[in-house]
Amino acid sequence: MWAPLSDYTFQIVAAGTMLLGLATGVTGTFAVLRKESLIGDGLSHASFPGVVLAFMLLAVKDLEILLAGAAAASLLCMALIAATVRYTKVKFDAALATFLAAFFGTGMMLMTYVQHTDNPNQAGLSKFIFGQAATMLARDVEITAAVAALILLLAIVFWKELKLVAFDADFARSLQLPVKLTQAVYGLMLVASIIIGLQSVGAILMSSLLIAPAVAARQWTDNLGTMAVLAGLIGAVSCGVGTYASAVVSGLPTGPAIVVAASLVVVASLLFAPGRGMIARAHVRREARRRWKEGDIDVGAN
Amino acid sequence: MEWAVEVEDMTVAYDERPVLWDVDMQIPKGSLAAIVGPNGAGKSTLIKAMLGLLTRISGSVKFYLDGRLAVSRDDFKRIAYVPQSGSVDWDFPTTVLDVVLMGRYGHLGWFKRPGRAEREMAHDVLKKTGMDAYADRQISRLSGGQQQRVFLARALIQEADIYFMDEPFKGVDAKTEKAIVTLLQEMKSRGKTVIVVHHDLATVKEYFDWVTMINLRRIAMGPVDEVFTSAHIEAAYNARNPLRREAQDVGTAQ
Repeated sequence: MWAPLSDYTFQIVAAGTMLLGLATGVTGTFAVLRKESLIGDGLSHASFPGVVLAFMLLAVKDLEILLAGAAAASLLCMALIAATVRYTKVKFDAALATFLAAFFGTGMMLMTYVQHTDNPNQAGLSKFIFGQAATMLARDVEITAAVAALILLLAIVFWKELKLVAFDADFARSLQLPVKLTQAVYGLMLVASIIIGLQSVGAILMSSLLIAPAVAARQWTDNLGTMAVLAGLIGAVSCGVGTYASAVVSGLPTGPAIVVAASLVVVASLLFAPGRGMIARAHVRREARRRWKEGDIDVGAN
Repeated sequence: MEWAVEVEDMTVAYDERPVLWDVDMQIPKGSLAAIVGPNGAGKSTLIKAMLGLLTRISGSVKFYLDGRLAVSRDDFKRIAYVPQSGSVDWDFPTTVLDVVLMGRYGHLGWFKRPGRAEREMAHDVLKKTGMDAYADRQISRLSGGQQQRVFLARALIQEADIYFMDEPFKGVDAKTEKAIVTLLQEMKSRGKTVIVVHHDLATVKEYFDWVTMINLRRIAMGPVDEVFTSAHIEAAYNARNPLRREAQDVGTAQ
């Protein structure tokens, strides 16, 4: 069962997905703490018509061109959501849901249309919906590695700004910090994380890779730096495990296997993490009740 | 009198509903100034608009430092803001010391992380606010009063000249309130200007020397002894404010 580990194709694919998991874990840490977990879902769905349109307009299938189209569609969706919230009375969640479905629907419509034309090149566009890691080439991994490195670099350079804007944006503004620039950097990290996941995990499941590692990591630590590193590691390991599982079990798709692996880590963390985990909390509650019964009341300091 | 803050003709609105109407006000340098008014009068909006955190429809705000107008980014770093403690998520993964260090972020350049000097400063201000024993504590495990002390420490470490504080006494017990007032008075004695959004009318006379009373418009402004009268309180708190009524009519008519 260890045979795939020495297989070149597996190594390529695993390297690509693990870099992806590392980058999305770090980006997702900020998304989760900003309570914007859903925005990743909106942006990844919204990226799909960009892929199809880039293919239709330019008639090429180079990954970087298709991903540039995906990024453009994501950014357009983000701008439309922001404008709708600002200039109408529609709330954020409703705007997000509306544009998510509208963009993804447009993508499906265009893709089905292209599939019925005689263009033989169109085969493979659908892999951006559910992902198909097995088709990753060495060049694709290079692109993923470059974008992942950019994401990590942005996180390091803008660390204290990203942190303070996530915690207390008004205060950051009052310190004369470049809050608008920081928001733009965060948006760029989000979109970049999503587009490098489209090929392997796909538009529909991509947001899980942003959120799950961060949610799991939060259970184990109360330190932002540790959380980001841990989320990156959980993302990378989930991707490695998912990729391995799909290499060993024939017919098991990589993207969904990765998402299941990440979700299992979340479940385990929610149950077993010390302090925040359900079992630990149940224990604390039981202990407290026992002490109250014995008349030992500690209401806590104000 | 030498002013620290001067506001002229300031109007702020959320959509089509005015929240502050044509406000003129001044705050004397070195004063401990209260901003009072009923719920929804626009107190928080007033200080946020002064600090440029909200867009003003009209009007100007001027700050004076060392007797000259504040103009540059560095000047504005000498104006500190303490938001309402309820405005942030206290389950954020960080410690008391780390939150206080955030007050130095404006002074640190790109790439720079807080170092030993900043950590020493942080322990100093935590001692002043009586929170040094909690420096390593996770912020989710603080009481309301402790949260306010941490926010105050974060403001102190900025070493600013003008301080805006939004309800620093909210959710604190009597002992903490005393400690905070003592701290504010000590800041005033060092020549700082401290502007506080306050909701407890009973303590205005005891704590402050300057008061601005608002309810959509400025109702009264001046030294507490002269201005904090029952007539003005009546005017601010009884919503016999024609513009307020108009505004509400506009708000409900659609």
